[in-house]
Amino acid sequence: MLTKRIIPCLDVKNGQTVKGINFLNIKEVGDAVELGAQYARDGADELVFLDITATNEKRKTLSELVSRIARNINIPFTVGGGISSVDDVSVLLNCGADKISVNTAAVRNPQLINDLALNFGSQCVVLAVDTKFVDGEWLVYLNGGRIPTEIRTKDWVKEAVDRGAGEILLTSMNNDGTKDGFAIDITRAVSESVNVPVIASGGAGTMEHFTEVFKEGKADAALAASIFHYGEIGIAELKAYLKGNGIEIRI
Amino acid sequence: MKIAIVKYNAGNIRSVSCALERIGISAEVSDDPEVLAAADKVIFPGVGEASTAMAYLKAKKLDLLIPQLKQPVLGICLGLQLMCRHSEEGNADCLNIFDLDVKKFDDKLKVPQIGWNDLTDLKSDLFKGLPENPYVYFVHGFYAELGENTIAKAEYGLQYSAALNKGNFYATQFHPEKSGSVGETILRNFIELK
Repeated sequence: MLTKRIIPCLDVKNGQTVKGINFLNIKEVGDAVELGAQYARDGADELVFLDITATNEKRKTLSELVSRIARNINIPFTVGGGISSVDDVSVLLNCGADKISVNTAAVRNPQLINDLALNFGSQCVVLAVDTKFVDGEWLVYLNGGRIPTEIRTKDWVKEAVDRGAGEILLTSMNNDGTKDGFAIDITRAVSESVNVPVIASGGAGTMEHFTEVFKEGKADAALAASIFHYGEIGIAELKAYLKGNGIEIRI
Repeated sequence: MKIAIVKYNAGNIRSVSCALERIGISAEVSDDPEVLAAADKVIFPGVGEASTAMAYLKAKKLDLLIPQLKQPVLGICLGLQLMCRHSEEGNADCLNIFDLDVKKFDDKLKVPQIGWNDLTDLKSDLFKGLPENPYVYFVHGFYAELGENTIAKAEYGLQYSAALNKGNFYATQFHPEKSGSVGETILRNFIELK
């Protein structure tokens, strides 16, 4: 049986992870590749590296980092953060990324999704959506959640899948950082409305939250950052718990 | 030992060479028929679209060379599908090493299948030293049916060939280069084949 995936997300800036880390056995605290490799050894099913570098050197530092990840990590990984062109993607895939995620640039220029799917295949095109529940509607937000739009999340996701997106990474801004659990309703609504996998993100605080997002939210994968970085929940411990609760999980 | 990776317009060639480097093996990436024919082992990787990939192989005359190779050959993902008779993807006639058709998964499923699935009914030295039902990483929207060359099965809506073997030709639908330590064992087993 295809298993549900547990995906740690690492924010990187100039090749270093940004958030604090309290793993004991990592030598250089803050090195994105070492942290990723540790997660892989702990049983992570995939990794997401989100680049938040905002300098002119971004392209170079990111492609160097991706090459280093590809050499050192033996599970699939996605790279996202400010990707806006076929050229950007071509460089990252050639450096060894398995998938790339696009967010704001795809909303600004939806044809980008068609172009990426045509050039590289849908299987490597992840559409990341930041969504917020406002006045009874789940709406799409841009630029890391700073810019609101009037686009309904379900409509955008459907359009993106029609254009060739192969997977959806859905982050609820209402839940992100709260540790109160994932946004079950929108995750379920999106998962049931498209026939590509959906990665739920935002709000993970306990192991029960993962059970809930897989069983009730119909998510295919769940992504989290801080609970893993700060060692609040271990990946191996989480996966054993989920398996014990009847969820298909790779141990 | 000389390991060659078939270069063509497919996506994951670098991932395969990185995975080999991690187990201490260097490989040459080439679309030169002479280099490929002279290698001790040939890896035929791929993430991409079948008819486009077949067109590239034909342009380089690799469609004639690959079925004639005598050394162990390992097809991965699209590589496996191209080694079958025909693919529904782009209605492509393929290399016909395995007498099997490649079909699209049912639209009722989430397609592509992305993620870790377990293997059953393993029968090959390729899987030496692995647990009975190891998990491996798949990304694919098309599958090869079951047949007499099936050496591992997986299930996604139906049972299909997760790996195939006929003589010196081996192929996996999953990505050993992305399947953690299980994948590394499989790559090492392939490299050690006589």
